[in-house]
Amino acid sequence: MDYTNLRRQIISMKKSLFDQGYLDEQFNQLEELQDDSSPNFVEEVVALFFKDSSRLLTNIEQALEKYPQDFYRLDSLVHQFKGSGSSIGALRMKNECSMFKAHCNDRNLEGCRRSLQKMKREHATLKQKLETYFHLLRQVGPPERAVNSWK
Amino acid sequence: MASVVGGAAAVASAAAAAAAAAGGAAGVGATPHVLAVDDSSVDRAIIAAILRSSRFRVTAVESGKRALELLGTEPNVSMIITDYWMPEMTGYELLKKVKESSKLKQIPVVIMSSENVSTRISRCLEEGAEDFLVKPVRASDVSRVFSRVLR
Repeated sequence: MDYTNLRRQIISMKKSLFDQGYLDEQFNQLEELQDDSSPNFVEEVVALFFKDSSRLLTNIEQALEKYPQDFYRLDSLVHQFKGSGSSIGALRMKNECSMFKAHCNDRNLEGCRRSLQKMKREHATLKQKLETYFHLLRQVGPPERAVNSWK
Repeated sequence: MASVVGGAAAVASAAAAAAAAAGGAAGVGATPHVLAVDDSSVDRAIIAAILRSSRFRVTAVESGKRALELLGTEPNVSMIITDYWMPEMTGYELLKKVKESSKLKQIPVVIMSSENVSTRISRCLEEGAEDFLVKPVRASDVSRVFSRVLR
């Protein structure tokens, strides 16, 4: 199998994810922690993120629609979301969470609602892009998996 | 070392396996045993990977309460690294409990937080924390602190 084209695609996709601001340096930190003893580390941590964050998005949505809104709880939920997004290097997600937090602090319900819609869109987009990225990596196969060796 | 069999659940269960293994450890350990405390599954996976890459033995738990339970039974914890902001018991509260305990107070405690609040930092240091790391935590931060503290 010709790995050259695949590698080029992977490098190009990763560069694009960084250039477009979907990911930041923290994602590189995760890739550096991946090794032979944990060859799927990044994909697993990202899967944990999407599992957690999907739940948090649902909770945030429910909390927004409950009257009266508990802005303290909303802030706490989005704080968790922002934290784990930041931990995997999800830059756009992190920034959108900051916007939500700002609306929360202002008790701006409409602002929160708009921000939540953006968060959901960013979340879905990032999920799809990373799924593509990991799919490409998987095609390259285990011996080639240590991405930092051919940056 | 338990092999990672696939899916996000494996990361969490690897941490659980490490916890189970920790219970039977004799006091001989040349390998320091670190207790990591964080309510975020993403952050637990990351801090555990960072610590393992530095050759520490890690047990990762999700709350201060679980941490104290473990500290009550596990004789040889060399270091505690804990998130600050957790529900029910904050990292600060855990720090206080550790430092107030005659049995536990010699164990160094490092606090992690996504928020760089100077009053929070000084409060933790005054209470006896070794260091305060701002999240997202990098491998270089951890090895810097740990090599100093575990000299």
